[in-house]
This record gives sequence, structure tokens and C-alpha cells, in this order.
Amino acid sequence: MATLVEFRGVTYQIGGRQVLCGIDLSVEEGETVVLLGRSGAGKTTLLKMVNRLLEPTAGEVRFEGKRVTEWDPIRLRRRTGYVIQEGGLFPHATVAQNVSLLPRLERWPEERIRQRTTELLDTMGLPEPVYGSRYPRQLSGGEKQRVGIARALAADPQLLLLDEPFAALDPVTRYEMQQRFAQLQQDFGKTALFVTHDIREALMLGTRIALLKEGRVEVIARPEEFVKARSQEARAFLVTLGQMTLDESHATR
Amino acid sequence: MNRMRPAEIATLSAEHLWLVAVAIFAALVIAAPSAVLLTRRARLRRWTLGVVNVIQTVPSLAVFGFLLPLPLLGGVGKQTAIVALTLYALLPILRNMVVGILGVDPGVRESAVAMGMTSREILWGVELPLAFPTVLAGIRIATVTTIGTATIAAAIGGGGLGTFVFRGIAMADTRTILAGAVPAALMAIVADEVLGWIERRFSS
Repeated sequence: MATLVEFRGVTYQIGGRQVLCGIDLSVEEGETVVLLGRSGAGKTTLLKMVNRLLEPTAGEVRFEGKRVTEWDPIRLRRRTGYVIQEGGLFPHATVAQNVSLLPRLERWPEERIRQRTTELLDTMGLPEPVYGSRYPRQLSGGEKQRVGIARALAADPQLLLLDEPFAALDPVTRYEMQQRFAQLQQDFGKTALFVTHDIREALMLGTRIALLKEGRVEVIARPEEFVKARSQEARAFLVTLGQMTLDESHATR
Repeated sequence: MNRMRPAEIATLSAEHLWLVAVAIFAALVIAAPSAVLLTRRARLRRWTLGVVNVIQTVPSLAVFGFLLPLPLLGGVGKQTAIVALTLYALLPILRNMVVGILGVDPGVRESAVAMGMTSREILWGVELPLAFPTVLAGIRIATVTTIGTATIAAAIGGGGLGTFVFRGIAMADTRTILAGAVPAALMAIVADEVLGWIERRFSS
């Protein structure tokens, strides 16, 4: 398996605060690496370095073997789908327009754009005839999030970057979205880097979990090893699970 | 004289409308590129909006007066009137454009950048459409106030409905003043309603 993303000694300082200190981490093709940590642990900062929304103070990030600074930022970003809370949808564009945005900018033929949009919305359980012409404000939180994922997948990116995509959803919808995402990963095997502060989500969706604490990688492990981790921070996250059975996590699969 | 009034009212109303239309159009042409530039330069933005604010505080009659002795822009006549009215229309239009563009949800802007849109694509595809209702509101405010201010243009030979107002003051004849004031007020109300209707259509 080839390495898709590689962080080497990535450090980030801002206003005298050390946000990231020498992060080494790699993401292999087909993996879903979850960046887990408390608020302010540096997860989002690390994620944003992949598509150059932020540049490291020191160290380097490589995508497909090439330093991200050598990539044309526009090309780099079009090869990486990006999903944030509430999807970051354009409020003035319909669902179909939101999803077809990137293929359109890439000047795909009209017929192929329509096909791709319909197919993606179908996959996300939002049939095009019903949802295509709606505006984001007419959607529920879960629907917005699904449109956000469909949009990120539209131009068939090599990598998905997800920044706490389900954090704003109610627990039931969140669980449904997590299952849907897990299914999607099983069907398409997209490589993904997934930021969350939810240990349950990390165990459920991650093929590997990187636990960040104060800008350092504290633990990096597969879910089945992660649940046995000795690290204090890992234990702190694990106790929040309480008596939850780990049926749906990778630990018991 | 009473018999020719309706015709004269029509002529001066048309002239008035023309002054306003040209001034608003000129203000738009100046404001649009400036606003885009200002949203990208914070320092320049503070300075420019400050200067334009100051222009707005100068009494309008004084602005007409200051322009009179200037070469090219000044002198007696319509041209000077249009320059002054443009300066006045500039502030609400420019400010609303800047506020509209800067007011775009940072999450929306960030996802546009993250999707690999170029800054030109973001401007045309995201920022301007989302700023549009705010921009329209600015145009509406500018149009209504310019219709009022334009009556002063007659003081420097700019024509328009102010001609009646100044003539009426000189003759101490209320009916002549009203012949200028009432059509100007009606014009302002109609402009406000029409532009307000367009604004509502776009912001829903």
C-alpha cells in the first residue's frame, strides 16, 4: 500500500503558542485515520495542513509523495475533498448546484455532471428529484451533512478530509450518519483523515486512531489496540465509554 | 405661467431623474472595483471608508460650492452637480458592498477555498451573490438620498426639480416650491418601494 499523506516533524506556532510539536504521521491508501483529542489538541490545525489552509512553521507535509508546497494549491485542494460541520454548504445554491460545483469548475461535460450528481445524492439517500432543487436552509442537519459529503466526493478525490463533520448533530442522527459513513467507506474505500473528539466515533470509523495531546501524538494504534492503551490520555477518553459494548467498533470486527 | 407648469414639471422631473441616474451609475462604477479591493486590504479599507465618511458629513451645498472653482470637475452646470451627487452616493454603496462581502460566513468561504476554488471563482460564485442583498440595500439608500440632495443641484445651475424650489423661495411662492418638492418626494417614495421590492425578491 502506498503512503498518501505523510507528516514529518510538523510544528506549528502561533502567537507564541505551540499548537503542534514535531508530528510524524502517515496515512496509507485506503485507511481512515482518526485524529482524536480534546479541544485545542491541534487536530484541526494538522488537518488543514494537508490542503494548505495552514502552513507548518517547521517540518513538511507530503501528499502523494510530493511536498504540499510544491503542489499548485488549487490542484491539491481539488484532489482532496473537505467536509466541515454543517457541510459548509453555499446557502445561495441548490443541493444539486452545491454537489456539482467542483465537476463544473473542472469543466466536465454536462451529461456526466448530471449523472454524477444524481448518483452521489442517491448514495447518500437523498434522491435527486426530491432534494436536487432544495436550498440548504430547507434541509435538516443530517441532510446538510450528507450533501456536504456528496459535494466532497463529487470530483472523486484521492483523500477525504473531515473536520468533526457530525459534531453538531443530535445523537440519533449522528449515529445514523456514522453508520452511513462506515458503509460508504466499506463500499468505496476512500482514504480519509477524520478529526473528532468523540472516542465512540473514533472506534467506530477509524482503521487507525491517532490520539493528540497538546500538539503531540500520544498514541497511534488500531482500534483493537487502542482500547488497551496504557496512556493516561487514552484511558481518559476510554472511561467516557462507560459500559458501552464495542460491537460496532473495529476492535471486535 | 400656470398653464405651462405641468409641462415644466415633467421636463424638470426628467432632468432630475437623469441627474440621479447618472450619479448612481457613476458611484456604482467607482464603488464596485474599489469595494473588492478594500475587502482584501484592511488598512486601506479603514482609511478609505474614513475619507468617504468625511465627505458625507460636509453639507451638500458646501460641496457644490467647493466644486465650483475646480477645473474639469467643477464649474456651473450639470457636470458639477453630477460629480457632487456621485460623491454623496458613494458612501452607502461602497460601505454596503464592503460589509456585504466581508459578512459572508467564514465557514462558507473556507469551504470554498478548501474545495480548490480560485479567488476569482470565490468572488463571482460565492462572495458577490451572497453580498447582493446588502449591495442592493446600499443602492436603495443612495438612490433615495440622492433624489433629495439633487434638488440642491439647481443652486449651481444643475437643473432638476430644485429649480422650482429655489425659484419659489426667491418669489416667496409656496405653490412653486411645492411644484418642485412634491414630485421629488414622490420620486423618492417610488424609488424606495421599487428597490425595496427587488431587494426582498433577492433576499428570500
